[in-house]
Amino acid sequence: MRWYWIDRFIEFHSGKYAKAIKNVSLAEDHLHDHFPYYPMIPNSLVIEGMAQTGGLLVCEHGHFQEKVVLAKIPKAVFHCEATPGDTLVYSAKIEYIREEGAMISTTSHKGDVLHAEAEIVFAHLNDSRLGNLFDPATFLRMMRLLGAFDVGVAADGSRLQPPARLVEAVEGSKA
Amino acid sequence: MPTKEEVFEKIQAALVDALGVDDEDVTPEATLVGDLGAESIDFLDIVFRLEKAFDIKIPRGELFPEDILTDSKYIQEGKVTETGLAELRKRMPFANLDQFAKNPAVQDFGNLLTVADMCRFVEGKVEVTD
Repeated sequence: MRWYWIDRFIEFHSGKYAKAIKNVSLAEDHLHDHFPYYPMIPNSLVIEGMAQTGGLLVCEHGHFQEKVVLAKIPKAVFHCEATPGDTLVYSAKIEYIREEGAMISTTSHKGDVLHAEAEIVFAHLNDSRLGNLFDPATFLRMMRLLGAFDVGVAADGSRLQPPARLVEAVEGSKA
Repeated sequence: MPTKEEVFEKIQAALVDALGVDDEDVTPEATLVGDLGAESIDFLDIVFRLEKAFDIKIPRGELFPEDILTDSKYIQEGKVTETGLAELRKRMPFANLDQFAKNPAVQDFGNLLTVADMCRFVEGKVEVTD
């Protein structure tokens, strides 16, 4: 099962903010159960999409060395529904990053309409049991698939490049 | 320069946002864990909000010196030793450890921090007027 709840990054400014789009489509099976004959994207999956937008931003800032996990959602407010045919734009801004974790503020817009807003706290875990969940190849594939390196800007203003650590890990595993 | 009342109000707002509690729940005597329901991840969130509200830096372990509780030289049979208590008093001058010291079980440590302790902690970092 794939767990992608954003379709593509449209902006990615290292250490600052990112924007991603999510197209809501009737081709998504779950919409036929949520709800029968009244399909709308579940709010929980909107939050997951916002967390993926901000979580990858936090991961990239730490060169994917920290195990970043969604730890807490202090605030989540939904102002309206999103239904098939809608394109949601998730914006995530880093409020804080420190040794133990990070916090983002994030919004979802349908065109000019504010659809949802949330605060999300991520923790940096130091737990070897989680090792397989943080495979460098998975991160590299995900960032490429979502176009982060196509639109990304590094902290110094240059084009965002895949972290050498990820590339080396992937190349090393092929050797 | 904030007054003590303003420090309390900002801490109250931070705790309301971080813990989803009501204003009236956040009294000076309320304990963060026991009365306000804070869990470990909440301390990270609270530290974020205090840093922002007061424009201060709070290094890891300063408000909640968890490292002492996991250090075998300070813990014996699930209790903080005298040396550990002395270290806690040194690191947490803003907290009243007298009650905890009577039976210093590690598992009870999380419940000693009160809202008033947090006010004293912040007052140690910003200049405050009466």
